Amino acid sequence: MKKELQQSIEELISASPTIDKVGVEERVARFQTRSIKGDSKLQALKMGLNMIDLTTLEGKDTPGKVQQMCYKAMHLHDELANLPTVAAVCVYPSMVKIAKSALVNSSVKVASVSTAFPSGQAPLSVKLADTTFAVNEGADEIDMVISRGKFLAGEYDYVFDEIAAIKAACGNARLKVILETGELLTLDNVRKASDLAIYAGADFIKTSTGKIQPAATMQVTFTMLLAIKDYFDKTGKMIGMKPAGGISTAKLAIHNLVMVKEVLGNEWLTNQWFRFGASSLANDILMQIRKLETGVYQSSDYFSID
Amino acid sequence: MTKENRQVDSWEYAPSLESTNHIHIKKRYELFINGEWVKPSSGKYFETINPANEEVISEIAHGNEEDIDRAVKAARKAYTEVWSVMPAAERAKYIYRIARLMHEQARELAVIETLDAGKTIRESRDIDVPLACNHFFYYAGWADKLAYAFPNRKVESLGVAGQIIPWNFPLLMAAWKIAPALAAGNTVVLKPAETTPLTALKLAEIIEASGLPPGVVNIVTGYGDTGAALVNHLDVDKIAFTGSTNVGKIIQKALAGTSKKLTLELGGKSANIIFDDAPIDQAVEGIINGIFFNQGHVCCAGSRLFVQENVAEKVISKLKERLKSLYLGDPLDKNTDVGAINSKNQLETIERYIQLGKNEGAEMYQPACVLPKKGFFCPPTLFTNVAQSSVIAQEEIFGPVLTIQTFRTIDEVIQKANNSPYGLAAGVWTEKGARIFNMANQLNAGVIWANTYNKFDPTSPFGGYKESGFGREGGVHGLAAYVKFI
Amino acid sequence: MSRLEIVKTYKIYIGGQFPRTESGRYYSPVNKDGKVLGNICLSSRKDVRNAVVAARKAIGSWSERAAFNRGQILYRIAEMLEGRKAQFVEELQFQGSSKQAAEAEVNLAIDRIVYYAGWCDKYQAIVSSVNPVASSHFNFSVAEPMGVVGIIVPENSSLIGLVSLVLPVICGGNTVVVLAAENLPLCAVTFAEVLHSSDVPGGVINILTGSTKEMTPTLSTHMDVNALVYGGTDPLELKEIQENAVLNVKRVFAYLTDWTKADAQGLHFISDVQEIKTIWHPIENVGGATSNY
Repeated sequence: MKKELQQSIEELISASPTIDKVGVEERVARFQTRSIKGDSKLQALKMGLNMIDLTTLEGKDTPGKVQQMCYKAMHLHDELANLPTVAAVCVYPSMVKIAKSALVNSSVKVASVSTAFPSGQAPLSVKLADTTFAVNEGADEIDMVISRGKFLAGEYDYVFDEIAAIKAACGNARLKVILETGELLTLDNVRKASDLAIYAGADFIKTSTGKIQPAATMQVTFTMLLAIKDYFDKTGKMIGMKPAGGISTAKLAIHNLVMVKEVLGNEWLTNQWFRFGASSLANDILMQIRKLETGVYQSSDYFSID
Repeated sequence: MTKENRQVDSWEYAPSLESTNHIHIKKRYELFINGEWVKPSSGKYFETINPANEEVISEIAHGNEEDIDRAVKAARKAYTEVWSVMPAAERAKYIYRIARLMHEQARELAVIETLDAGKTIRESRDIDVPLACNHFFYYAGWADKLAYAFPNRKVESLGVAGQIIPWNFPLLMAAWKIAPALAAGNTVVLKPAETTPLTALKLAEIIEASGLPPGVVNIVTGYGDTGAALVNHLDVDKIAFTGSTNVGKIIQKALAGTSKKLTLELGGKSANIIFDDAPIDQAVEGIINGIFFNQGHVCCAGSRLFVQENVAEKVISKLKERLKSLYLGDPLDKNTDVGAINSKNQLETIERYIQLGKNEGAEMYQPACVLPKKGFFCPPTLFTNVAQSSVIAQEEIFGPVLTIQTFRTIDEVIQKANNSPYGLAAGVWTEKGARIFNMANQLNAGVIWANTYNKFDPTSPFGGYKESGFGREGGVHGLAAYVKFI
Repeated sequence: MSRLEIVKTYKIYIGGQFPRTESGRYYSPVNKDGKVLGNICLSSRKDVRNAVVAARKAIGSWSERAAFNRGQILYRIAEMLEGRKAQFVEELQFQGSSKQAAEAEVNLAIDRIVYYAGWCDKYQAIVSSVNPVASSHFNFSVAEPMGVVGIIVPENSSLIGLVSLVLPVICGGNTVVVLAAENLPLCAVTFAEVLHSSDVPGGVINILTGSTKEMTPTLSTHMDVNALVYGGTDPLELKEIQENAVLNVKRVFAYLTDWTKADAQGLHFISDVQEIKTIWHPIENVGGATSNY
C-alpha cells in the first residue's frame, strides 16, 4: 500500500492542509442559509431517506430488535407511495446473519461495525478476526474504527497499516473508516485522519461511532468532504462519506446534502457515495414528506418506531 | 453553475424568493426635515430603480441648496434647544430605542435594501441590517460615558454634522454615520446616495416613530449637488463622507480654511495575501468573501490577490472550482450568492475595466453562467497574468473583479502590497503566528484581516491610511470624529 | 591683541548631516536692535525634497525601534540640551528675549523633552484597544505612526515651539521635516547640533531654515509626506496648506497653542499624528467532547 503512495506516511500527513476552524464555521453557516423549497425539498427528503444506514448498536440488541428494524428498513412508511428504502442497516457482527436473512430479496445492504467497535482498543489480530467474521456472515459493508490512541500518539504508520490490513480482510465488502472525530478534537486532526484513511484504502470515511459527542457536526463533515474533494482532484477516484451520529432532523440532513452538492457535486448525491448513519432521522424525514403532501404538521404517534 | 444551467436528474435548488408582501414602500418620498416630510423646494423628484430588474420602485425628492439650508437650520435649532442640553443618559435611551425599532423592522429593511441596491437578501438580512442595528445599540451606550473615552481631556459635541453616504451599504453606512454623531450629542443632516435612498428613508420613518425630537436627524435625498450644498453650508460643523477618493478630495479641498471637522472613508485596492502554509480551503473562501461580497462594491474589497508561487496553481484551481458553486441571479432569492450591480453606470465602469484587463494581456476567467435578461449583472471575474503595473491591479474597480499576482518572498509581497496610493485594508493568510504579527506590522492599512476577510463589528474601528481617507468609524476611536476638545 | 572670535556658520540639518543649502543662497535676519543674527541658509525646494527623502529613509528603523529605546534617545536629547543651556540662552537673548525669559524657555524645553521621552513606551497602552467583537475573533487596535510628517514651526517661537511640535511627533515613531521659524532660526540650527550629539538617528528629524512661504508649498504638496503639523497663525497660509494636502489626502493638524505654558503638552499631540490600525484573527474554540462509554 505504502509503495503505491510513493511517499512516506509522514509526508502524507504533513501534506494535509491546516484547517482554520472559524473559517469552516463560517462556510458551514452559509450552507445552513440555503433555502430548499417545494419539489427541491421533496427530492432532497427522498434522497435523504435512501441514504440512511438504519442503525442499532447496543449491548442489548437482540435478533428480535434487529428483525424489526430490518422490516422498517424495507417498509419505511407504506402509507406513502413511491418511497425508497434506506441504504443499509448497520449492526454488530453478531447480528449480521440475522439482518441478512431478514433483508433477503431487498436491495438494502447489511453493514457491520467491526474492529472492536466502538473503542477499537484491541490487537490487530482480534480486529481482523472480528472483520473476517462479519464478512463471512454476509456483511456487504464494514464500518471499522481507527485507533485514535495511536493516532493521537503520532503513530500514523500503525493507523495506516491497520486500515490497510482491514481493507484486505474485507474482500468485496466496502470499507467505511470511522475516525471518531469527537476524540480527535481538532479539525486539523480530522483532516489528517481523513487523508490517512483515504490513502490506506477506505471506500468511505465516516465521522463517528455515535457513542461520543460531538459526533457528525457539519464542520467535521465539511472538513472530510474537502479531503475527499482533494483526493478526487488528484486521482480521479471517488470516496464516499458517511456522517453518523447527531443527524436526527430532516433539516440537518438537507443542510448536509447542500454541503455535499456544493463541495463535491451532484455525482456524490446517491447512496453509493453518501450515507447518513442515523436511527431517528428516517421518521423525521417521513414526517416532513407527509407534511409536504398534506400541508399538516405531523405527530410521531403516526410513524412506526422500530 | 447557475440555476438556468441545471443538469437533468440532478438535485437543484428551486427558486426561494423572499416575500415582499410585508413591506411598505411609498410611491413618492419627500425630504425628512425637522421631523416632517416636506416637499423639495425645486419640486423635482427622481426615480430609484431595482437594479435587478430595472423597474422603478419609488420617486424620491431631489433636495437642493434651499432644502439643505432648511435642514441645517432645523438641525441647528434642535442642537441648541434640545439635543445638546438633554442629559446624556436620555440621549442614550433615544438611540437605544432606534436600535430596537430597527430590529423589529429588520426583515422589511433587508428586503428593501435588496430591492434598492441589488445586493443579495442573504447579505442584507444576515450582515447589513443586523450590523446597522447593532451599531445604534453599541453607540447608544457611549452617550453618557464620553468622559471615559478621552483620558484627561474634556469633550464637547461639535454641533451639526453633515453626512454623505455611498450606495454600497446604504443602511449600514447611515448607521455608521448617525449613531456615533447622536451619541456624542450632535445633530445630523444626512444625504443618502441617489441610487439607494430607500432604507435611509425607512430609517427616517423609524426615527420619526421613535419620538426623537424633530430636527435631530434630517435626511435630504438628492444627487451630488445636494451633497455639495451640504459640504459648503456655512453652519455645518462637521462633514463625514464615505465614497470615492475623487469626491473625497473635492470635499477636503472645499473644507480647507474652514473650521469644519472632516472624516473621510474613501477608496481602496486592498491586498489579500496567501502564504504557502495558509489553511488553503479557508483562504480560498476568504478570497471569495474578500472580492465577491456585495458584488465587490466594497471599499475594502480584497481586490488584489497575492499568492505565493509554490501554491499559486493549487489556489487558483480551487478558486475557479469554487466560483462554479456561486449562484448569480435574483438578489431576492435566498440562495443567490452574487446579486446585481448597483447601477447601469457602475456596470459600465466594471465592464470597461474588464475590457481594459483583456487589452492589457491579462488572462480572464469567468465561470459559465447565464446572466438574467433584465437588470445589471456581472459574473465573478478573475484575472491572472497580471503585473503590478497593470492598470486593473492599480485602480479601484468596485466590482466583482479580482486580479491575481504571485510572489516568492515575504519582502516582495510586503513591498507590492504597500505599493499603492491606498491603504484601507489587507488580508494575510498563514498558519505562522510570528509571520502574522510581522505582516500586520508592515502592511500600511487601517484594517488587517489575518486568516479572515471582510469582517465588521460596531466595536471595531474601521478606516484607512493614505488616500483611503482619515478618521475611524466604529469602536471607541469612532467617537473622536464627533467631539471637540475643550 | 585681542583674540578674533570664531563666528558660527548656521547650516541646515538633513539625514544626520549638516549641509549648506544646495541652492547656495543665504538670508540675514536681524534682531530688534537691527543686528544681523547670522547668515542663514535660505533652503530651496530641492532641500525640502532631500529632507523628505531622508525622513522617508529613516522611518523604518525609527518606527520599529523598541519604544523603550526611543524613550532613552529622547531623554538623551534633554541631557544634551541641558549641557548646552548657556548657548541657547545666549541665542535666545540675541534673538530678542530677556535673560529671564530665555532661561525659562530653555528650561521648559528641556522639561518638555523629558515629558515626551516618558511617553514613548506608554501612549500605546492608552490609545490602543481590544475590541470585543461579536464573532469568534480576537480584535485589537493599535496606534501606528503616520509616516513622514512636515512641521511648520510658529514664527514667534524659536525653541519651545519647535520642541513642543517635534517631540510628540517623533515620540510616536514618525520622522519629521521641520521648517524653522524664519526670523528666529538660531536655536533651530543649534538644536540640530544637540540632536546630532544625542543618539537620534540621522533623518528622524530634519531641520530647514529659510522662507516659509517658499518651502511650505513644496512640503505641503509633496506626495511622500503623510501629514502636516502647522504651528503658525496665518489662516491664509493654513488654507493653502490644507488645499495642497488634498493631493495625497494628507492629514493636517493646526495648533494655536501658547507653547510657553507649562501645560501645553499632552497625549493628544502624540495621538493626533497616529493612525489606528485594527487587526482581526479567528479564535478557535475547540473542546466540549464527552464520552458515553
